Amino acid sequence: MKRFAQLFKLLDYTTKSTAIINALVEYFSSTEDKDKVWAIALFSQKRPKRIVTTALLKEWSADLSELPLWLFEESYQMVGDINETISLIVPKPTKKSDNSLSYWIDVILALKDKEKIVIKDTVLDAWTSQDQDERFLFNKLITGGFKVGISQKSIINALSKVSGIEQSKVTHRLMGKWDPTNITYEELVLMADPTEDLSKPYPFCLVNALDIDCDQLGSPSNWSAERKWDGIRGQLILRSGEYYLWSHGEELVNDKFPELEQLKNKIETDIVIDGEILPFREGKPLNFITLQTRIRRKNVTKKHLLDTPIIIVAFDLLEYGGEDIREKPLIERKILLQEVVKEIDSDRLLLSEEIPFETWEELANERERSREFYSEGIILKHLYSPYKAGLIKGDWRKWQIDPLTINAVMIYAQRGNGRNTKLYTEFTFAVKDGERLMPFTKASYGLKEEELKEINEWVKKNTLERFGPVRSVNPELVFELAFEGIAKSARHKSGVTLRLPRIKQWRKDKPKSEINSLEDLNVLLNEFG
Amino acid sequence: MQLIEFREEGLFVPQADVYIDPWKPVNKAFITHGHSDHSRSGNKSYVCTHSALPVIKHRLGSHINAKGIEYGEEMSVNGVKFSFYPAGHIIGSAQIRVEYKGEVWVASGDYKTTPDGVSEDFEPIICNTFITESTFGMPVFKWKPQSVVMDEINDWWRSNKEQGRVSVLAAYSLGKAQRIINNVDHSIGKIFTHGAVENVNEVIRRQGVHLHETIRVVQGQKQSMYTGGLVIAPPSAVDSVWSNKFKDFSSGIASGWMAVRGTRRRRSADRGFILSDHADWDELVGTVKATEAERIYVTHGYTDVFSKYLSSIGYYSAVVNTEYTSDELNTVAEDVEEANGIK
Repeated sequence: MKRFAQLFKLLDYTTKSTAIINALVEYFSSTEDKDKVWAIALFSQKRPKRIVTTALLKEWSADLSELPLWLFEESYQMVGDINETISLIVPKPTKKSDNSLSYWIDVILALKDKEKIVIKDTVLDAWTSQDQDERFLFNKLITGGFKVGISQKSIINALSKVSGIEQSKVTHRLMGKWDPTNITYEELVLMADPTEDLSKPYPFCLVNALDIDCDQLGSPSNWSAERKWDGIRGQLILRSGEYYLWSHGEELVNDKFPELEQLKNKIETDIVIDGEILPFREGKPLNFITLQTRIRRKNVTKKHLLDTPIIIVAFDLLEYGGEDIREKPLIERKILLQEVVKEIDSDRLLLSEEIPFETWEELANERERSREFYSEGIILKHLYSPYKAGLIKGDWRKWQIDPLTINAVMIYAQRGNGRNTKLYTEFTFAVKDGERLMPFTKASYGLKEEELKEINEWVKKNTLERFGPVRSVNPELVFELAFEGIAKSARHKSGVTLRLPRIKQWRKDKPKSEINSLEDLNVLLNEFG
Repeated sequence: MQLIEFREEGLFVPQADVYIDPWKPVNKAFITHGHSDHSRSGNKSYVCTHSALPVIKHRLGSHINAKGIEYGEEMSVNGVKFSFYPAGHIIGSAQIRVEYKGEVWVASGDYKTTPDGVSEDFEPIICNTFITESTFGMPVFKWKPQSVVMDEINDWWRSNKEQGRVSVLAAYSLGKAQRIINNVDHSIGKIFTHGAVENVNEVIRRQGVHLHETIRVVQGQKQSMYTGGLVIAPPSAVDSVWSNKFKDFSSGIASGWMAVRGTRRRRSADRGFILSDHADWDELVGTVKATEAERIYVTHGYTDVFSKYLSSIGYYSAVVNTEYTSDELNTVAEDVEEANGIK
């Protein structure tokens, strides 16, 4: 596992994308196939289930190193990661070995449902032959906590470079439902159509923001306009009597939305629909935040089904009668989609309605009404465009409504992650609550680099207190924050939570006395929540 | 009266009127080694090992009243016997043994027990009271053998060279720099040095220590000259605009702090190599045991933790507040000023 540990370390250090791709290419072109499959799996969040808790590992490691528990705790305080702490404090390895990544994963998988004593023996034995980097990964893997901050795109890019297969194909092959324990590298990456895989989705077509005037899009008659919903992008696959639902994060989410299961026997022919999963009740969408609480849960309960009923709003058809129709113009796909939705005839599947418009001005007026429909704006699609994979500029455009805004004062600053660890980039903001200040949101994006530097200098000079990486600062700097939505929240002291908050601008012109108040937030909550 | 007292000027031997590594000016200063937190200016007289003397004079000025002593040589001051023994930390570094009427104390300064090929090899000294550092006095710090770390550095250097890049490695200019210069694989390419490192190299070569050939980085050289080379520079220089002159380079840091992922990630280097001139946890505990001392004073680093641990395994142990630093990544600003300025 030394090679994988080395790769992991490199990915962990660097934020340069070329360095990441190079490291992956080097790894994939020189590692045994079984390890490649596991590496791809781990980078795609397909990690082994937890065999043992970190608490037990901690106990065993303290025993083994003959250290008192308080010293373990001190070490943990200093290191900040429990699995890393364990990997550092256990005695140095006594055996020399270099077992592969897949060897260790097989060891871990074989421990499923084994007695605690067997697991303990195996773990202690493993530690005697692993170096610290290997132990760290082994501990992460066996406690089910392996994570690495690397995009699927980098993996695909690297695999494409190594195999010579184009990226869109690799994307397609990696997207489906596959199990690293019973697939070879050949089958996963190299073979054109490895198995009959009914669940395999198409890569999503992504939407660009509209960054030009509508007039520049040409004649309105070439464009279709639909309302943009704030839900989860989903691909609904009904093939051979099976049902699959994919989220845009390339996750199979069938079990998160069991109510869509009923769609599977409603149509004879194989189809794939692209749409938006929305929380929806009594003819109107609910706040996105309610959906978030549901998808974060591991198990969906009856209560969730009642509290947050969902539907899917269909806006495109990618496959019909088992045939890939993505090359057909949108206008033709839409006609087929209409028929399909009609045939399925379920209140769980709605057709995304087109907004009729003759002129761009008319559409602009419709956009202004978006909030009435609980929508976030308008999606424009070229009527004669094929369905393309990824973020292709031109054919699909989102024309969002202006965000909600509020003026607030900065009260805390925190160092950022990744490349921003040297800078304070995460800020907490407060509004007035009578004489006091009420913190209500964090935001980290939206400042220009020079502003960020200036604010960092200011933070250093205006720190009141430090709590670890966080500093409380003099409440003086006023910012205008923008956000897409607002909802009630019992978890926040302010009673509200914002959707996609970011910094719109630094209001150097405004004194602290002119910030908004908690009442103002509540007004927004009543109107838009 | 304790044989060594802890005064606001430093560690004090009252019977001899001698201070060890004082941080405020005194009459008689016995110095363990040349790092600036242990060897400060302003003292009326200095005693250190012969091999530490040149660097100390280089840093504090040739005018200082300093005298060299052999390792193991005994020097009596008012009945107190002083002798210096290798600390394995850097060239010339010493533990100072103090004996009076049969009672023995040892002040370790900074130390490392594994040989590095440049410093004189550490020897544990039997004593009644041991004054130890604890820069890395946490059980999470456990070093790999030097040869393994050098292989890692070599691999990194070689792969950078293959990609036409410069390898810029941050290392303390006195000690770690020379250790790296002598122990990397010289067949890979040329070694370049920042002025702060090269100034120290010159002093060390003059005292007869063999260092592999190095080339000083100077203004106005062609960028292509450095391609494939290894540049050794103090951490503060690697982080500054100074390193921009190498254009396409990979940055590395050689430090014990690189053992922890969080620190590694906070330093924006491409690579971290776990290499320290200080003892790791096992060495600290092992040394304390080897001295057979019953009383242990802990001077700097993770003092509270290390002292508490020693108490828990049966030693009488206490923390002594000193002005020695344990942050080997950030104490080198003065070297850079020196290199960019007069020298």
